[in-house]
Amino acid sequence: MAIVVQRPKLTLAERCYLPALAKGLRITLAHAVRILRRKKKVTMQYPEERWDSEMPEHYRGAPALVTDEHGRERCVSCQLCEFICPPRAITIVPEEIPAEDRWAKVEKRPKEFEIDMIRCIYCGMCEEVCPEQAIFLRKDYAITGTSREEMVHDKEKLYEIGGVREGLVNKWNELK
Amino acid sequence: MELTDLIISAAKIGGLIFAVILPMVAYSVWAERRVSAIIQDRVGPNRVGVPFTKIGLAGLGQPIADGIKFLLKEDFTPGHVNKFYYWLAPALTMVPALLTCAVLPFGSELFGEKMVIADLSVGPLFIFAIASLSVYGIVLAGWASNSKYPFLGGVRSSSQMISYEIALGLSLVPVLLIFGELNLGAIVREQSENGWLLLPLWGEGAIWNGGVDRLLLLFPALIAFVVFTTSIFAETNRLPFDLPECETELVAGYHTEYSSMKFALFFLGEYAAMIIGSGLIVTLFFGGWSLPFGWDAMLMGDATEVPWWLGLIHIGTFFAKVTGFILFFIWVRWTLPRFRYDQLMKLGWIVFFELALLNVFITAGILILTRSN
Repeated sequence: MAIVVQRPKLTLAERCYLPALAKGLRITLAHAVRILRRKKKVTMQYPEERWDSEMPEHYRGAPALVTDEHGRERCVSCQLCEFICPPRAITIVPEEIPAEDRWAKVEKRPKEFEIDMIRCIYCGMCEEVCPEQAIFLRKDYAITGTSREEMVHDKEKLYEIGGVREGLVNKWNELK
Repeated sequence: MELTDLIISAAKIGGLIFAVILPMVAYSVWAERRVSAIIQDRVGPNRVGVPFTKIGLAGLGQPIADGIKFLLKEDFTPGHVNKFYYWLAPALTMVPALLTCAVLPFGSELFGEKMVIADLSVGPLFIFAIASLSVYGIVLAGWASNSKYPFLGGVRSSSQMISYEIALGLSLVPVLLIFGELNLGAIVREQSENGWLLLPLWGEGAIWNGGVDRLLLLFPALIAFVVFTTSIFAETNRLPFDLPECETELVAGYHTEYSSMKFALFFLGEYAAMIIGSGLIVTLFFGGWSLPFGWDAMLMGDATEVPWWLGLIHIGTFFAKVTGFILFFIWVRWTLPRFRYDQLMKLGWIVFFELALLNVFITAGILILTRSN
């Protein structure tokens, strides 16, 4: 069944359109004045102004490797992150730690660790899956480069971004 | 005509068109973008300044960058168009807009020379005759593009022009009745001495100096102003009457198939028409180059000829008023939604046409009552 929509009966002032026009002009003018008097600010002038200080704790920026407080790399080259990575941005070449090494207990370490930042989707699955808490998403968001090669972060670069993270990690524990 | 006259005319044309109107066109595009931005709580183009430096100049370099971009872009002519008319159409929209400023008095006098390119005694008629030509550009663009959206845009444009041109012409009849004059320069001088049409507060137009007729005529003048301004909006194809372009329905309307500088000519033609329209409104209703409250006469003192500094002030006053109106045009554009097509037709034929016609009789009646003795 068809529904009959009752059209509202307009007054003369509404029909002649001019009061509505004035009202509309007043609204837009109020917005313009508010912006001009800097009462309201919406846009951030990006390269000069940044929101780094307001960034939330859980922000997901560039993934990076971390070392512990003694300068040892946490990554044991288990390659879980490489397998979970949805866009397959991570490439790891594992390496055995020689038997005479003091930390030979851990057995493996990454020889090469590359993250292709063109492919990375900043999903944070690598961080989630890492059993050794070696890879973290940092707050770096302006990852730029002038070539594809430059956009591939190698191990050195990843440790540079990652820095040091303190806290107990079981793999170094001699008693376990 | 002597050689000096020719040189003076050429200087006026060069000075007005190339040094003032064309930069004004470019910068009104910039103003449009900045004003629309602040109305919508944004920032707008504020970066482009001097190249290779950090000098920003609040984005004032943007129009120049845009101009260079338009010139360097590929000028693509689709294979299915009618080449001759396709090339003619952009010029036909830009040229009439620039031609009409020939009769606009943009200043009083400078070194004894009248600040108007052609001091015709049929000013408004000349403007109507030339300005209605600009519709041919749009119609030809729509037709020659040989594609459905430009065609619809062209058709809409022609019917819109026809319905608004009548109201445009008729709304001016009361103004011409009041001044009894068709020379725009003389109209402005009259307003300078006896009060602007919409602000009769000095000279013989003031109520305390016996200007009862001007007070009564304020009502028809206001109607004429509203009808004329609205018709100018329709004439320049600007929102709320930009149906020939109408992005949401017609892609880009009549200039869908155009690119590069040919598109820019349509684009700039619209802004040039807006500037000339503002100039015409200012000249007829707000005293053109004259200062308010009879300051012209005060500053003139006993001098018989307009001193050069006053001439410069007059030119500045005219362009200040025009700039104010351009800002008003922009403000309206970013406030009102587009009219539906039948609403537009209704407004043109049923409201404005009758209102303008009625206004002629009201004005004539008031004039008979107050000035017949």
